Amino acid sequence: MTGTFLSRNPSVLIFIACLAAFTLAVTLMSEAAGSELISTSFVKTLGKTLCLCLVAIAMDLVWGFAGILSLGHFAFFGVGGYMIGMWLMYARTEAIVATSLANAEIPPTDQEIIDAIGTQIFGVVGSSDFPPIWSFADSLTLQLLMVVLVPGLLALVFGWLAFRSRVTGVYLSILTQAMTLALALYLFQNDSGLRGNNGLSGLQNIPGAEGIPQATISVWFFWASAVALGLGYVLSAWVVSGKFGSVIRGIRDDEARVRFLGYSVEGYKLFIFTLTAVIAAIAGALYYPQAGIINPAEIAPIASIYLAVWVAIGGRGRLYGAVIGAALVSLLSTWFTGGQVPSIPLGVYTIVWVDWWQVLLGISFVLVTLFAPRGIGGLFDYFSGNRAPNRHGRDLGPDAGSLREQEAEQ
Amino acid sequence: MTRLLTLAFAALMLCVSLATAQDSPMQTLLQEHRALIEKSSRQTIEPAIVALRDSGLPQAQLVMEKWQAKELWQRKSDNLFFFAEKVDSKTWRLTGIDDGQAAGEFAKKELKQLKPNSGVRSMIGAALVQFQLMSDDPAKRIEALDAIQRDLAPEQLPALEGAIDGETDPQILDRKVRLVRLLTIPYGRTEDERVAAINSLSGDLGVDARAALNPLVATTRDAVAGAVPEGTNVAALLKPGSATFSNEEAYALLVARDLAPARVSAADRREALQQNIEGGKVGGVPVAQLDTDAARERAYLGLVAEGKAPATATEAEMSVALASHVFFDRFADPNPAITDAATDTLKSINLKVGVNQVLDLTLDAMSLASIYFLAAIGLAITFGVMGVINMAHGEFIMMGAYTGYVVQQIIPDYTISILVALPLAFAVTFAAGVAMERLVIRWLYNRPLETLLATFGISIALQQLAKNIFGTQARPLTSPGWLDGALVLNDVVSISYIRIAIFVLALIFLGVFLFIMKRTRLGLEVRAVTQNPRMASSMGINPDRINMLTFGLGSGIAGIAGVAIGLYAKVTSELGSDYIVQSFMTVVVGGVGNIWGTLLGATMIGFLQKGIEWFNPSNTLAAQTYMIIFIIIFIQFRPRGIIALKGRAAGD
Repeated sequence: MTGTFLSRNPSVLIFIACLAAFTLAVTLMSEAAGSELISTSFVKTLGKTLCLCLVAIAMDLVWGFAGILSLGHFAFFGVGGYMIGMWLMYARTEAIVATSLANAEIPPTDQEIIDAIGTQIFGVVGSSDFPPIWSFADSLTLQLLMVVLVPGLLALVFGWLAFRSRVTGVYLSILTQAMTLALALYLFQNDSGLRGNNGLSGLQNIPGAEGIPQATISVWFFWASAVALGLGYVLSAWVVSGKFGSVIRGIRDDEARVRFLGYSVEGYKLFIFTLTAVIAAIAGALYYPQAGIINPAEIAPIASIYLAVWVAIGGRGRLYGAVIGAALVSLLSTWFTGGQVPSIPLGVYTIVWVDWWQVLLGISFVLVTLFAPRGIGGLFDYFSGNRAPNRHGRDLGPDAGSLREQEAEQ
Repeated sequence: MTRLLTLAFAALMLCVSLATAQDSPMQTLLQEHRALIEKSSRQTIEPAIVALRDSGLPQAQLVMEKWQAKELWQRKSDNLFFFAEKVDSKTWRLTGIDDGQAAGEFAKKELKQLKPNSGVRSMIGAALVQFQLMSDDPAKRIEALDAIQRDLAPEQLPALEGAIDGETDPQILDRKVRLVRLLTIPYGRTEDERVAAINSLSGDLGVDARAALNPLVATTRDAVAGAVPEGTNVAALLKPGSATFSNEEAYALLVARDLAPARVSAADRREALQQNIEGGKVGGVPVAQLDTDAARERAYLGLVAEGKAPATATEAEMSVALASHVFFDRFADPNPAITDAATDTLKSINLKVGVNQVLDLTLDAMSLASIYFLAAIGLAITFGVMGVINMAHGEFIMMGAYTGYVVQQIIPDYTISILVALPLAFAVTFAAGVAMERLVIRWLYNRPLETLLATFGISIALQQLAKNIFGTQARPLTSPGWLDGALVLNDVVSISYIRIAIFVLALIFLGVFLFIMKRTRLGLEVRAVTQNPRMASSMGINPDRINMLTFGLGSGIAGIAGVAIGLYAKVTSELGSDYIVQSFMTVVVGGVGNIWGTLLGATMIGFLQKGIEWFNPSNTLAAQTYMIIFIIIFIQFRPRGIIALKGRAAGD
């Protein structure tokens, strides 16, 4: 371990440079800059994609580096979105209510304002009282804290329960999936206090920025997403580069051995699980104001599996792989499901990509898992000549197990 | 001459009508009430119907039936009533209502049809019930009983009591006796009779019994100054300010009874203030300051002092009023003996209903458990025995269900089509499972997490394929006729035959699984390969072949489960994904690698879900949420499931 952090991780500088160049290019081409090469909605799509890249980095940390296949990280992403959505919705409704009540002949009491906001927000689920979880919704600072604290605590408690009882491997995956399902089902209820399956809406309207056009706001959020992605990348690279990184990679490869060497495996896993949950939540808090709406369907178990799909296609165990996978698959998905891909007429049958995209995705996913376990990121290894022996995933066997891979190959 | 003839004719007519009056009592009766009958209004017709019903004349029933069927006609010339029968479009044949003799054919314009409206017809029908009760036709008698039950009325009691003697059909007799009881409860002549009828219903599970008793114990809330008046049947005294009866409710009751002045509500106060703004002030308070409740109260009192708004009761007045009144719930029935008996009987009924509800819930839980078991049993083989995570398991269930649907499109007979669909579904999903094992899973045995992802890829591809082929709308998989309906034990406990069939199917599968695993060569080899593939292959077993067959078997069972699940749920492309998480839960909770564990896991999850639903029946989403949370906590205490493998078999 010699040299500075950056000299040991040249990919960080390259990544930051690429991200900066991309951000600059998009900004110059956006409507806000006056050139109108990219529509505002596409700027939003790109901003959302950056957020997805950030949550993919979190997924890569927890899966690619620590070997915990969590099928629940999109739940943390959604919870982060809900937390910021509560403030956005409250503050905006408050502004609307205040304007409408100001026209009344008698100035409203504080209670009347709160009741009116409650009726506005919860009218769709047949209620008008604020549930306790909205207690902090009137304060941006507190609610921003909640973005970090609520998913962090959830991950901490869940992780502590799961890791201390030594639930590992596929069992843990199933357990995290169950957690996601439980959360989604809970939020689907009308009396969950978060508007049931209506979810929170109108999030693209930023309170206090009514006079600013969406074109400008979308660029702001794009910048914020880019900065968050950059910081998240540097943080993750730093976390996995030192001794800590070695330990969590060790846990991935042989948990029992790391435990026998005297490391507190549970502590490391819990830390990485909670940290990635927080990163996912921050990504969600930036994503949903750009999407404009959040509802419980967003955090259904399938979303978390897709997250794993992105990371697997991009290449596990390398941070830029996760970013490439998330960006590529989510943009391709938008392109295909948006109906912009020309259909292929086969005479008797026409392949409409809106219908066949999922089939294509599923099959390509199977192919990547079978034939390119390193994903797209593996291409970088291919070009740099860093090839691994093709062992179909088998270990080196009892005799060769103690040898390093290069020695075993000779 | 003409005059003489006319006179003679008139005299003759008079004679005829006089003669009719003497030996045609029914005609006389109808003529007495002619005005009412002709008017035919629901409000006024009752005396005519009562007179007909109580006349005791043998023709009364027939006349009423014909009247109800709009077959009673009036001759315009002398206003006499006849039964009429159509000869052709213009001519009608009349029949005398008393003697049944033909009275000749008349042109339609000389006649007038009686057209009772639906209200009147239903009143005639109610009166006819009495005759129908004595009818020779059992179907008619049952019809009459149904009519009485729909609308219990006091006058039916004597008629029904009279109809009990001479009833030959034991079932109808039972119903009559029961109806008499139900009628006696509200309309019995003496207190003892009513109490006896109430007590006789003790422990009766019928909905009608509860419907008859509940009005007796219904209470109304009341308040009076001083003490409770004599002769009031008090259900409970209420104390204002308790948890169930707040001060506000109590005061609102006083206001509603005009026992206390109203308090002006916040909304009314705001309204009053708004209407009395003068020069930026209300009641001496500047408008700009009215943003607190205290300021509004002050302003309103100012308005009251100016006489511009009605006075409002103060807090002090309110507590004085509450203290000087007594509040109580009053039974609708003033007789305490009756209400006591009804309360006791309802208590005994509710206890019995509770016991039966628990029984019903147990049956529900067992059928849910058998569905989970069916969905999970294939998984218990692929995941539990082989350790392969197959996320596409749900899609195999879906494939089975769609196979059943396709078979039903080809074979219209539901019984045969189900019998064909079951093995066919097995064959289809067995083939799919074998293909998947050969092409994908075989290469990933050492990478379980990647098996999960690869099979997930297959799962989304299969789901979308099903959507492309069958569309997004739900397809019906109709069960054969003999599976329709439900086994009804009593008014509370019932279970549909489909659920029984699924339960039986689950038991059969348990047996088949145990037989294959413990008694066949294949089972032996599967167990050997699972425990130690190398040792097994040294013994001449081909592990590749065994893995393939095992996976195919698990998938095939999923296909059959799909047919069973499709029978009671709609077949959609999302059918499988609805069950996949629960199926994995079932296997994990039960303990991997043990079929009894899967059975216990399914039972536990089924009972748990139904139990939670029972606490909050309107919210099945919450039940699922809490169940999953419970399972997550359960895994903490038994990480290896209910039945954990020990020793070498457990592996790690």
